[in-house]
Amino acid sequence: MKLTCPNCGTRSVEEFRYGEIPRVPDHITDPDARDLDRVFMKANAHGTTVEAWFHDFGCRRWFRLERDTRG
Amino acid sequence: MNEFIEAKVRLRWGEQKPSYDVVIIGGGGHGLATAYYLATRHGITNVAVLERGYIGSGNSGRNTTVIRANYGIPASVRFYQHSLDLYRQLETETDRWIMHAEKGILWMHHTEMGIRTERARAHMNQAFGADTHFLTRKEIGKLVPEIDLDGGGRYPVLGGSYHTQGATARHDRVVWSYAEGAMARGVDVLQRTTATGIRLDGDRVTGVETDRGFIACGTVMSATAGQTTTITDMVGLRMPIRTHPLQALVTNHYRQTFHPIVASAELAFYVSQTARGEMLMGAEWDRQPSYSYRSSLEFLRSCTAKAITILPFLADLKVLRQWTGVCDLTPDSSPVMGFTPVDGFLVSTGWGTWGFKAIPAGGEQMAELIATGRTPELIAPYSLDRFARDRILADAGSAGTQ
Repeated sequence: MKLTCPNCGTRSVEEFRYGEIPRVPDHITDPDARDLDRVFMKANAHGTTVEAWFHDFGCRRWFRLERDTRG
Repeated sequence: MNEFIEAKVRLRWGEQKPSYDVVIIGGGGHGLATAYYLATRHGITNVAVLERGYIGSGNSGRNTTVIRANYGIPASVRFYQHSLDLYRQLETETDRWIMHAEKGILWMHHTEMGIRTERARAHMNQAFGADTHFLTRKEIGKLVPEIDLDGGGRYPVLGGSYHTQGATARHDRVVWSYAEGAMARGVDVLQRTTATGIRLDGDRVTGVETDRGFIACGTVMSATAGQTTTITDMVGLRMPIRTHPLQALVTNHYRQTFHPIVASAELAFYVSQTARGEMLMGAEWDRQPSYSYRSSLEFLRSCTAKAITILPFLADLKVLRQWTGVCDLTPDSSPVMGFTPVDGFLVSTGWGTWGFKAIPAGGEQMAELIATGRTPELIAPYSLDRFARDRILADAGSAGTQ
């Protein structure tokens, strides 16, 4: 798989580190429950989602990427 | 060697009924083992196992079949040692040959820090019942002469642990043995049946929607792999699970017998020999969360490079097949088993990259939980609410792949 870094161009996924963007659903209102969800629970998107990636072996910067988790 | 003649596995396929006591989603090892132990240990046979494809077509048919109990925390050593013990007697119990072969597992380290933790881990495993000894570099060289002790110059073998009861078994046969045993006692295993929804009355499960019609039931257990959050989304449950692909590959036949199973902690690599003589190996899981079964060139390249670093003779073999499964990974690398906030909805999930070895104990304990309505002591630490209670079971170092 290849990812496209906005600074360095298209590179192999091995050069990158995955970073999850926590998404706590709005229906969770209790502050403690929101903290718990933010730290441990995952949306685990089945389809198109926006992720954060760090280019370890390149520009060493975080960037956002839209990707389909089914592909 | 294999001189006895086996009777054919007799699978009795059922028809979907409008209601069951228990519905298990997922016809892999864990789902079928739970059905088997419900029927054999607790006399609960009004059970349906739903399988989207054919039984064992998910991770039960894609894993690398390693059975071991050398884990990093007491709760896991006890649990996996119990599973290992159940595997050892499974052939006697089911009267089916699962090709269980005890060959030991060697767990090598290439750094000073690594051997310090491994020495401690070996002692801890021994103390909690998983027979494990620390080996020096010299002893490793004697045990497996094929290993390059200098690790290609970059990964010198400094020491490791030897878990004597490490074993492998034929994954399909494990699935079929449990399926046959469950079916013979009246469990309906429904292939090509997809769960499409779970019906709730308030916070209580009342049944499962499938593409072949509604099934009324009071207890639903999710035993899927990779698709756990697809199922838990049906009841609006948030899970600490992310789906990542895990790949493996197998070479052509190696002429000599190769024992034991060899793993390298720092390289995140392991290899064993199948009953056909092929060398079966795996490495780390894919970085990206994905539901894709696509195999990658990156994995092929990095896994084979690791392989020949440790075992140079592997360079003379050829890769025959490479494949992918999708795993449920939890933040602490331990499974999630038991009750959920939804009444009547149970999970056995988060098996990540270590689910095959847990099939007998996972099934047996979940069956006891369903039958008695109480969480057995052995799996109590793995409950979903451990995250809220701040009782994390961090054990990433024991996963074999990271």
